[in-house]
Amino acid sequence: MSMNKEQDFGTPARNASTLVNLEIDGFQVTAPVGTSVMRAAASIGIDIPKLCATDSVEPFGSCRLCVVQIEGARGMPASCTTPVAEGMKVVTQNKKLADVRRGIMELYISDHPLDCLTCSANGDCELQDMAGAVGLREVRYNPQGQNHLNAVKDESNPYFSFDPSKCIVCSRCVRACEETQGTFALTIDGRGFDSKVSPGQNEAFMDSECVSCGACVQACPTATLMEKSVIEHGQPEHAVVTTCAYCGVGCSFRAEMKGDQVIRMVPHKDGKANHGHSCVKGRFAFGYATHKDRITQPMIRKSIKDPWQEVSWEEAINYAASELKRIQASYGIGAIGGITSSRCTNEETYLVQKLVRAGFGNNNVDTCARVCHSPTGYGLKQTFGESSGTQNFDSVMKADVIMVIGANPTDGHPVFGSLMKKRLRQGSKLVVIDPRGIDLVKTPHVKADYHLKLRPGTNVALINAIAHVVVTDNLVDHDFVHQRCETAAFEKWKTFIADPRHAPEATEAVTGVPAEDVRAAARLYATGANSAIYYGLGVTEHSQGSTTVIGIANLAMATGNLGREGVGVNPLRGQNNVQGSCDMGSFPHEFPGYRHVSDTETRTLFENDWNVILESEPGLRIPNMFDAASDGTFKGLYVEGEDIAQSDPDIQHVHHALREMECVIVQDLFLNETAKFAHVFLPGSSFLEKNGTFTNAERRISPVRKVMKPLGGYEDWEITQLLSNAMGYPMNYSHPSEIMDEIARLTPSFASVSYEKIDSLGSVQWPCNDETPDGTPTMHEQSFMRPSGKGLFMLTEYVATQERTTRMFPLILTTGRILSQYNVGAQTRRTENVAWHSEDRLEIHPHDAEDRGIVDNDWVGIKSRSGETVLRALISERVQPGVVYTTFHFPESGANVITTDNSDWATNCPEYKVTAVQVAKVSQSSEWQQKYEAFSQQQLELLEQGSHHA
Amino acid sequence: MNIERLIKMANDIGDFFNAESDKEAASIGIRNHILRSWDPRMRREIIDYCEKDGSALHGIVKTAIDDLARSS
Repeated sequence: MSMNKEQDFGTPARNASTLVNLEIDGFQVTAPVGTSVMRAAASIGIDIPKLCATDSVEPFGSCRLCVVQIEGARGMPASCTTPVAEGMKVVTQNKKLADVRRGIMELYISDHPLDCLTCSANGDCELQDMAGAVGLREVRYNPQGQNHLNAVKDESNPYFSFDPSKCIVCSRCVRACEETQGTFALTIDGRGFDSKVSPGQNEAFMDSECVSCGACVQACPTATLMEKSVIEHGQPEHAVVTTCAYCGVGCSFRAEMKGDQVIRMVPHKDGKANHGHSCVKGRFAFGYATHKDRITQPMIRKSIKDPWQEVSWEEAINYAASELKRIQASYGIGAIGGITSSRCTNEETYLVQKLVRAGFGNNNVDTCARVCHSPTGYGLKQTFGESSGTQNFDSVMKADVIMVIGANPTDGHPVFGSLMKKRLRQGSKLVVIDPRGIDLVKTPHVKADYHLKLRPGTNVALINAIAHVVVTDNLVDHDFVHQRCETAAFEKWKTFIADPRHAPEATEAVTGVPAEDVRAAARLYATGANSAIYYGLGVTEHSQGSTTVIGIANLAMATGNLGREGVGVNPLRGQNNVQGSCDMGSFPHEFPGYRHVSDTETRTLFENDWNVILESEPGLRIPNMFDAASDGTFKGLYVEGEDIAQSDPDIQHVHHALREMECVIVQDLFLNETAKFAHVFLPGSSFLEKNGTFTNAERRISPVRKVMKPLGGYEDWEITQLLSNAMGYPMNYSHPSEIMDEIARLTPSFASVSYEKIDSLGSVQWPCNDETPDGTPTMHEQSFMRPSGKGLFMLTEYVATQERTTRMFPLILTTGRILSQYNVGAQTRRTENVAWHSEDRLEIHPHDAEDRGIVDNDWVGIKSRSGETVLRALISERVQPGVVYTTFHFPESGANVITTDNSDWATNCPEYKVTAVQVAKVSQSSEWQQKYEAFSQQQLELLEQGSHHA
Repeated sequence: MNIERLIKMANDIGDFFNAESDKEAASIGIRNHILRSWDPRMRREIIDYCEKDGSALHGIVKTAIDDLARSS
């Protein structure tokens, strides 16, 4: 293994189809029009010295180190800013150029600390490299002259330091913050000798708008911006390309290692989902993997009132299997089940569903997509024939109108959010449909053309109103509809949606959105050459989540915005492997590839391959499992990588159900909230400790590669295999690649997927089979995936949620996430990311706060029909009057004590986004929080009493 | 299983399919959705409730559950 450093071509690639021929140092080169001379030279192995140029940002031409001579041209142009031209003859090395470059380097070094041997960048410093490249042997300037060597370090960011004494003011960091991240947190302050990099208005990094994405650190050619982990441990010595375990963007990273220690995670330039960009989570928040809270020994106990007992793997697995068998013997074959997670790899989720179907003999398997994107699966399957988004991320760069519905890309999917902002800065139009003022509504150089600030729970009414305008204004793409969609269904839908009850003027009273804004936004979407919809959990987590997804699909079909780049319906998946866990058959009614369990042909295929008779009836969904447990018919549960005791709604009901079970098996990294109700704990492995694949929101299957041994001894798929064997259903895989081979053998959309292919291509988007051996970036180009090949319009009547505001509960609570934390926070709470968000707060509008005598930081009680919790108030105009908002990253916050058991009609996805509440100033934590604290403390003591965890 | 919850789930499904003007098609849609997504024990309980009482079920949902009972 080696570092395999990525080549820096100096300037970004150009995609022009027209090529030009030129000569560089006597060698013939062909390059696309617009390519810089520097990049063209690099493409044939000629490295022109450079400092201010790097291929992640546009050329700047400031350092002048990259000067060249061009036949017939005057002077010495900078090769980074000079485009190639037909017949051009370039010289990159001669004495005159060498003298100029040496002179430039001499000036740089005259104001730079000469501490190379003890510098953190030693071995990875472009300034040092360039000094060597130009042959700098002396600095003639007086070292006592005016300089910046005593500039003060900024250590405020927990992950990187800023040492301005080493800064050469090349502006790479400033340009990275602007071009790559789109935050514009950095600038060059002052002029001439006073020029310096400045976060915000001469603030410390942590006090500025910096979002700690790491783009500046990556762009820095010196030790000015440097990871603290490199400062502490030194330069890494080998690198492994793997995939981030956080959000659904699925960024590709180089895990840069020293032995089995991760020194830093660096976004991979060739990563097709992220193109070398990252966010604060993927780039820096990996320390949880080796956190002291990791449990690395299997544990068992008879009752949740007993201390945990550390046991061998064999004893833990045998105990778990014997308990599951005992329960089935006592209560029936359907009394147990399994829950997998979008934090697991494809291979792991596949094995869990196989264990349940083949080993447990029922279909009681579900995944956390139940509580986030199950309506996407249902809605898109019905209308388009496939449960997935239609585009790749890069497609956004060809969108002329972007409609963001119930999503907050800059917080939830930050790397894609940056790409979207880049397109918006190029002039694409933006419609935001969200009750809150998310960052995209107004951010540097981006302003939404329309922000439709609807009331929570009225998505369907608003989408219908937009569709009404499309139909009644005659903006339907009739050619597309005629050729690509089922005609009778369209005609029925057209009549339905044209009814005056769907007109914006009629829905305004329900949605709160002015009719003229709806009409204008609808016309903008329908008349944009390429219009794309991006949506998130603000669409799905409603009682009509599936209906909204169907409404969005109707809208895209009606306007012909499908089947090509720049358009489409794009669900932004919450966690890294939401798409994959659904693809792998984690739902109780579907085999891998979204094929119903009642389908005899499919079932026979699996029965023959798995050598077992399979159940033809759907099993229990997660909320059904809880109901059945409370009812006494569901007694045993195997949970891998999911924390249902924190993440699921109406948490007191969930806790009651868990207490009613006789054997809860938790396979995880930490003693999470669910594990506090468990009887068996199996130590899981982090994404750094195993092999597998993740599938991101654009259907991209990317490699997860082991960079260190599992701390508990086994990769997660191995643990599932041990349990299956102990249950009496044999599994004998020696590597996850064999599991993927089985998936490919049994799943038509994965037929040509293999580890060999993924390794050769870097990643691949399904469908990947004989017809599309290199994958499918854009879905439905010629036909839809439904049996008829045609898209299906469906009727989407607005039905108000039963969760209504009243005098007792006059406000609507909606929930969401924040950039620095991830889901239930089990990972990010155990990193320095708490520096940005150390507690969940309740955002409340100033008017609502004033009515209640609440000021910033007051403790406030939030009470719903389900329960009550207490948080500190954050007065904010991001929420509209009548709406309050919180995140759910900390268990003690009890956000899900308040949420109700309302759920999506089609999939039981919880209605997290609409809960009627009252808010009042209080002086102490809620009764639930006090009970939770006591229970949690008791469980930690039981852990201490019985174990000696690492 | 909590029958109130099952009744609510069934009625919510009914609310979606009720947009269909062809009520026979709507009823089939409700029946099929329950058949394809509910665990058999849930189906048995809603059928049992429908046969014994059924008053809390919306009309079209009751028709669909009756149909489900006949085909079970």
